[in-house]
Amino acid sequence: MAADRRTMIEITNVSKSYRRDSLEIPVLHSVSLVVPEGEFLALMGPSGSGKTTLLNLIAGIDRPTSGNVIVNGVDIGMMNESTLARWRSSNVGFIFQFYNLLPVLTAYENVELPLLLTSLKKKGRREHVEAALRLVGLGDRMSHYPKQLSGGQEQRVAIARAIVTDPTIIVADEPTGDLDRVSAGEIMALLEQLNAEYKKTIVMVTHDPRAAEKAHTVMHLEKGELSA
Amino acid sequence: MKIVKLVWKNMMRHKLRAALTVLGIAIAVTAFGMLRTVVTAWNVGVEASAANRLITRDAVSFIFTLPLSYKDQIARVPGVEDVTFANWFGGVYIDKNQFFARLAVPGDNYIDVYPECIVPPEQLAVFKKERNSCIIGSQIAERYNLKLGDIMPVDGDIYPGKWEFVVRGIYTPKDKVTDPSNMFFHWEYLNERMKDQSPGRANQVGWYVIKVKNPAEAASISQKVDALFENSPAETKTETERAFQQDFLASVGAILTAMNVISFVIVGIILLVLGNTMIMSARERTQEYAVLKTLGFTGWHIVGLIGGESLLIACLGGGLGLAGTFPLVAGFAAVMPKGWFPVFQVETITLILGVSSAVLVGILSSIFPIQRAISTRIVDGLRQVG
Repeated sequence: MAADRRTMIEITNVSKSYRRDSLEIPVLHSVSLVVPEGEFLALMGPSGSGKTTLLNLIAGIDRPTSGNVIVNGVDIGMMNESTLARWRSSNVGFIFQFYNLLPVLTAYENVELPLLLTSLKKKGRREHVEAALRLVGLGDRMSHYPKQLSGGQEQRVAIARAIVTDPTIIVADEPTGDLDRVSAGEIMALLEQLNAEYKKTIVMVTHDPRAAEKAHTVMHLEKGELSA
Repeated sequence: MKIVKLVWKNMMRHKLRAALTVLGIAIAVTAFGMLRTVVTAWNVGVEASAANRLITRDAVSFIFTLPLSYKDQIARVPGVEDVTFANWFGGVYIDKNQFFARLAVPGDNYIDVYPECIVPPEQLAVFKKERNSCIIGSQIAERYNLKLGDIMPVDGDIYPGKWEFVVRGIYTPKDKVTDPSNMFFHWEYLNERMKDQSPGRANQVGWYVIKVKNPAEAASISQKVDALFENSPAETKTETERAFQQDFLASVGAILTAMNVISFVIVGIILLVLGNTMIMSARERTQEYAVLKTLGFTGWHIVGLIGGESLLIACLGGGLGLAGTFPLVAGFAAVMPKGWFPVFQVETITLILGVSSAVLVGILSSIFPIQRAISTRIVDGLRQVG
């Protein structure tokens, strides 16, 4: 079935290492991966295996030491910082484990943040934000600050922020890692809905087997090497 | 929501810290404004100097007098338009702590050489006719509630005895740098008494004021005047009125320099206060800046957020401080012995310096946190625990 679909993410021989003082720490070794459009991929593996690093490379917030990362036909490794920032704002929705909402902004304002980088007027932004918050079931919590929301609600605000610009792909770094079982189930149902109904390509890093079950494909990373 | 709103919300995140920083800046700017006002007040005599006036005084010291006979010789020097003179009278009027300058001057031309002291012509005419009359500045008239025709009794000290002057004129200053607190009376009135009581002090003047036709010739005229009295018992030193005022200020030069230095040290202190606040704030928000960059915000957005917050705090503190400078200066002027500073007010240049300092501090304080926030890689920022 995957063969019928257009390639959304193509990673070829990507290696990544970090330098800590004089030490070179290898994280990924010649990883290659193809993710078709509309895929829901879960990346699993032990801590330090390179899952988040791979996710960061796909999201364009980190650069490979060698190899190519092509997303939606664009080699993002060739972009300069400002071009990459613009590309991220319109192509990638990022969901963090600890939500990472700005505490001084309301749910509405947090979701509105990515739209400030677009040419949308206030009215247009309002329509998008309200639609995104309604989609995640928080239409009645728009004026609430993060500290007034539960963990699950905060993560739903973060999902609304990730989808408000209608990105091509959504990357989620352990989106249920800080949630109780019920909230985690709700978040996974939401991601499934985004994938099934809105055809979003989702790449998710998780330790949680229950979360991984919701993905179409599960891949494992072990010591920087990928296996199905 | 606009970025500006986020700047405001960021500033208000720690209200107490923001309030204390704004207050700290406000106090420092008020102190800066106060010191600058004092320095400006000291320099007001220099500012009021006219380019076409020279001062001739005794070459040894200002305190020694010069013979009256010099007047005609000076008047004959080519390029000299008019010559007048003055004696420092001193004395006490009502209260020795309420100082103002009392000068014995020739009634016929002194006011003509100082056109910045505006006297109604009819008052000037009466003054010229009455030997014991005087002209006072508007500030003196207001301070002592003096009107035309009132008597001003003065106890002499340099020139001992009881002196009485009739107020026949009240001058108003042409501009704000002209001293409105002088008293001028007839030198002839003083000289007559000296002839009777202390003949050795008669026909002596404190300093000459030379009005030149062309200010560009000031240097050569000065040399010519001084050359006239070379090797005489009373050699002269002639210089422009500005140089004369600066010489006078040189006696308190060290204090003024110290005040100048302190005023700019205060700017440095503001810089440290705000810099510290901004560094703490930016460090606490390292993860948030990483999130913003992940969402697509660029380095320039981060510059706007941090720089905007720094400028906002600096400008609020600066504005508050400058607003506080006015009542402080007014209060200081009220309790200060009258006459210390004839012109004591917050000058435009002080306001400009205050605002510029606040803006400069706002910009400088944000440089390091901006550099740090921009150079931190997103992945490192996301790992940061706030």
